[in-house]
Amino acid sequence: MNIYEEDILDHYENPSNYGTLEGPDISYEEDNPLCGDRIRMDLKVEDGIITDLRFSGHGCTISQAAASMLTEEIKGQHLEDIKKLSKDDILDMLGIPLGPVRLKCGLLALKVLKAGAYGLKGWPGDEDEETE
Amino acid sequence: MSAQPTNSALHTLDVEAIRNDFSILQQESDLPLIYLDSAATSQTPDPVVDAMDAYYRIYNSNIHRGIYRISEEATAKYEEARQRIGRFINARRSSQIIFTRNTTESINLVAYSWGSANLREGDEILLTVMEHHSNLLPWQLLSQRTGAKLRFIEVTDEGVLQLDDLEKLLTERTKIVAMTHVSNVLGTINPIQELTAAAHAVGAKVLIDGAQSVPHFNVDVQALDCDFLAFSGHKMCGPTGIGVLYGKSDLLEEMPPFLGGGSMIRAVQRESSTYADVPAKFEAGTPAIAEAIGLAAAADYLSKVGLEAIFVHEGELLEYAHQKLSEIEDITIYGPKPRQKTGAITFNLAGAHPHDLAGVLDTVGVAVRAGHHCAQPLMEKFGVIATARASFYLYNKLDEIDCLYEGLLKAQRMLTRRRR
Ligand SMILES: Cc1ncc(COP(=O)(O)O)c(C=O)c1O
Repeated sequence: MNIYEEDILDHYENPSNYGTLEGPDISYEEDNPLCGDRIRMDLKVEDGIITDLRFSGHGCTISQAAASMLTEEIKGQHLEDIKKLSKDDILDMLGIPLGPVRLKCGLLALKVLKAGAYGLKGWPGDEDEETE
Repeated sequence: MSAQPTNSALHTLDVEAIRNDFSILQQESDLPLIYLDSAATSQTPDPVVDAMDAYYRIYNSNIHRGIYRISEEATAKYEEARQRIGRFINARRSSQIIFTRNTTESINLVAYSWGSANLREGDEILLTVMEHHSNLLPWQLLSQRTGAKLRFIEVTDEGVLQLDDLEKLLTERTKIVAMTHVSNVLGTINPIQELTAAAHAVGAKVLIDGAQSVPHFNVDVQALDCDFLAFSGHKMCGPTGIGVLYGKSDLLEEMPPFLGGGSMIRAVQRESSTYADVPAKFEAGTPAIAEAIGLAAAADYLSKVGLEAIFVHEGELLEYAHQKLSEIEDITIYGPKPRQKTGAITFNLAGAHPHDLAGVLDTVGVAVRAGHHCAQPLMEKFGVIATARASFYLYNKLDEIDCLYEGLLKAQRMLTRRRR
């Protein structure tokens, strides 16, 4: 499958929820040291519900489209539910397979979100896996 | 020696014949493999694969120990490989060739062993801004251990070393100059011979990172008069897992060991030991035997094709790539003009992230590198976070550059339609 699906290019060109918020309850920003992609997430939270959010930053189509899709997905959701979002959820949203390098691009927005909301610093999906 | 292009009529490569030697380039598949990332890792010709295969199939055994036929054969082949590599860079003796894992390990060996024994606070280490991280981090670590200071030769906007104020940087405080022969990002060929002479004039030692020069033109350690030369097998048609450190004998003999273990000892007591002579002193543990043998086969292969012919061929590819890519609107090409460089062309397209360029190129079968190329200080100098790089080797063809060009136009159409 081509990773440059129309859907991804559309999100890249016309991202949803792009920008910043005045007085956000949560604001966090981080970059991917591998390629310099940068994403900031601003969230308004009421009673645990994400009532509004924006992302900003720069980077490749995958990192920016994933951020745009993620903001659409989580608006109105409870912060607790964010915790459960996984690498596979992002891959489902993007609808394409990603190699190991581009995977980091795809996961940057979720990483920033989890770090901002919960102080979780690792890469989603990078948990030291059991070898069984 | 900074290689000079010679008369190309005398040095034409039969690229199709060369390509037949690389199984990986003969694979049937929907997409062609247009491999433009040889500066990262070169492809491996069949004679190299065969040489390693023969080791595993016919005489696989440990070296320097077994008193039996196949071990003696393995030992002989491993030591022949050392001699072969010595001849390849014109080292005086084969004991000056130390097998390591790669360029990175070779440089770490020098920084750790020679550096820790010879540097102290107040001393200076002179590097350049175009170093690969593997010729930067070992010196940063050494500087933290010893208090010696790092200094840097700057890079000009044209992508060459800024040598105007060299006297200010290169002084009697300078104990070692560690610099790359060829930039892995820009392809710039540095005036290593002159710089080595200047360094020696103030009593400094010289380490050359030859990762991008040894594969592409004749490097003669005696002509250069460098104290150390480091390079990797996997960038010169050899396997991964094998690299080389060349050193002047008197330095190697004085240097303390780097890693301790089997093979590097003469006699071992409970509390202390005496060490083997060079090169064994620096080769603790079982080495990469098949890979050393493969590397020697790679040296044979490159010599047979002819490094001069390879250099001329790459020059033609670069010239064509510059000409073709310059036609693209909004492209920025970094570094010097062809003929002052080798191997690589690095660029950005306005409005398109290099990762996406590489991603779109991949959809048409073109493999290029995108990122900081392990040279972040150089990226910073050019004010970019990342670039795309196409790099060439003996098996690349002019029409592959046409595919690169077409792929870039496609990427540009897709990625820069109407960005916010
Ligand atoms: C100039 C230069 N130095 C050092 C290295 C490191 O080589 P290795 O990873 O084989 O140690 C490279 C590889 O990219 C290089 O291009």
